[in-house]
Amino acid sequence: MSSIADQVAGPQVAGAAESAREQVSVPKAPAISLPVIGERELRLDLFRGLALWLIFIDHLPPSLLTWFTIRNYGFSDATEIFIFISGYTAAFVYGRAMLENGFLVATARILRRAWQIYVAHVFLFTIFLAEISYVAFSFENPLYSEEMGIMDFLKHPDVTIVQALLLRFRPVNMDVLPLYIVLMLSLPIILALMRWKPDVTLALSALLYAATWQFDLYLTSYPNGYWAFNPMAWQLLFVFGAWCALGGARRMSRILSSPITLWVCAVYLVFAFYVTMTWYVPQMNHWLPKRVEQWMYPIDKTDLDVLRFAHFLALAAITVRFLPKDWPGLKSAWLKPLILCGQHSLEIFCLGVFLAFAGHFVLAEGGGGAALHALVSLCGILIMWGVAWLISWYKHVADKSGPRKGVAGNADLAGGG
Amino acid sequence: MRPGLILGLALLAAVFAAQKVRAEDAPASCDVPSSLLESESSLPRVAEAVKAGRPLNILVVGSRSSTVGSDAANAYPAHMEAALKDKLPQLAASVSVEIQASKTAEEVAGGLVKLMEGKRPTLVIWQTGTVDAMRSIDPDDFRTAINEGVVAMQKAEADVVLINPQYSPRTETMISVPPYLDNMRAVAQQRDVPLFDRFAIMHQWNEQGDFDLFSAHHGPELAKRVHDCLGKALAAFIVNTAHVGSAQQN
Repeated sequence: MSSIADQVAGPQVAGAAESAREQVSVPKAPAISLPVIGERELRLDLFRGLALWLIFIDHLPPSLLTWFTIRNYGFSDATEIFIFISGYTAAFVYGRAMLENGFLVATARILRRAWQIYVAHVFLFTIFLAEISYVAFSFENPLYSEEMGIMDFLKHPDVTIVQALLLRFRPVNMDVLPLYIVLMLSLPIILALMRWKPDVTLALSALLYAATWQFDLYLTSYPNGYWAFNPMAWQLLFVFGAWCALGGARRMSRILSSPITLWVCAVYLVFAFYVTMTWYVPQMNHWLPKRVEQWMYPIDKTDLDVLRFAHFLALAAITVRFLPKDWPGLKSAWLKPLILCGQHSLEIFCLGVFLAFAGHFVLAEGGGGAALHALVSLCGILIMWGVAWLISWYKHVADKSGPRKGVAGNADLAGGG
Repeated sequence: MRPGLILGLALLAAVFAAQKVRAEDAPASCDVPSSLLESESSLPRVAEAVKAGRPLNILVVGSRSSTVGSDAANAYPAHMEAALKDKLPQLAASVSVEIQASKTAEEVAGGLVKLMEGKRPTLVIWQTGTVDAMRSIDPDDFRTAINEGVVAMQKAEADVVLINPQYSPRTETMISVPPYLDNMRAVAQQRDVPLFDRFAIMHQWNEQGDFDLFSAHHGPELAKRVHDCLGKALAAFIVNTAHVGSAQQN
């Protein structure tokens, strides 16, 4: 089993030695080589769990804990990690289903998953609506009379709710799931293309990304505006994740292990770190040439700015280099909470969004002091951990008592994917 | 489980105790870090007018967050005028305000030159972004509009100061302000125009505990005090950026 488990490729390929071994042990494969189900790739769970925690903290009003989130130290943030890993795991799970059971069955399973995400989104919207209505009727502060105009949509609940069901009306912080739904809906096509020619698929994806920038393609939303995460741009990260899962990572291993890559990544990360610092310490601006500034800004999140994408790539490259997949720390009790959360990402993601709403509410009612703030963040993370543990426990018990289903574990691996 | 529970309760109690102490504190001053009160860009026309002893006409163009209630004397432009006269007693400054309620930057930008006609302001302070954020206008269109507005005002021989949206924690789950802050910063850098970072300043006050901008139940008093402080900060910002203060206070 161990030699098969080695084939579980990921962005993980740790070093030249390992890749060399793989090249020996893997016979000439078809265009896509599906990793065989072996051990769970704990690093994926770990980083998805981390992304979920960071997204939760980023959704709360800024506090001390916000300084631990990566968006303060570079261009990209937790969303990139989440979408990439989702693409990776989705391709991993449903790509296998497509090979084994054919296009139709795999598509049906993907649609079922997309439906689950959709229902989760609608559920969150309901909670959001309740919170907003409460704020609208209880908040009295002349300082913000203009901002409170945002509540006007409550005057037309019929239109608002229908638009929300169409994914066109989306409150702030509820943008990730609609993006995810659209990406999942396009997954059958992506996978079918990948089966044909993975590199061409990736190239097409990059082409769509470029076209999005060139022709300013976007999806509109209600009552006006646009999708905060443009699916036509963000699909690049998702497809790239899928491409890595289906053998791309292994083929990239030589590039990943070269010292040049390491240096390029390191230099870029330092540069990004420095630029980010100038946002918080304006005095440092003096050392950033105006020309660079004008070329660089604004760093667009909606359309996944190239600088953000590159920052994510650099982070990922460095991570897989220094964190081998057999790192013993992955089994340590300290990382267990993160891994658990990452293993149930859809549930925990939704819970995180809900907890962020709840946290806003508690802070608003409680006065919003720094201590309360820290407590809310901490409680939120503990709850996420607790629920993840509960789901794990339940699945474990259910698996034991229920009839064994062949590939049931796969959907679990897909987590949010 | 039990010790954990007790610990949790103790923590909770401590937090609420801390909360109470904080609430009883006397209203703090509204200090602003000096980096938020200066800019790399400059205000050459303002500096020239002050040095030549000419009167300084200032036009404030803003949305409803440039007002408090119906009395203009409570809003930050009036406080800024008073603070300017304090800082530069010899200066004859006159401030006029044009409120463009619920208009996007694009809608305002087209009419800016018209607003300036007749008043011939030396300085135009353009407060914008809130309406665009509420309507989620495409940030690219927003940036284009700001850029056009700034260029038009500069062509009409005025210095420009941009003011970004307020920090509004209560509506953070409903209005996504960051893209608009970023784009205003980008235009300010590109056009070499000073940006008065109202968002960062108010955020700072909330963090320091000067103002509790979270709480739901505030009468007009809080709003008035915030605007008073904003007006003073804005005056300091103008004086520092134009390098005309005899003593660069605060």
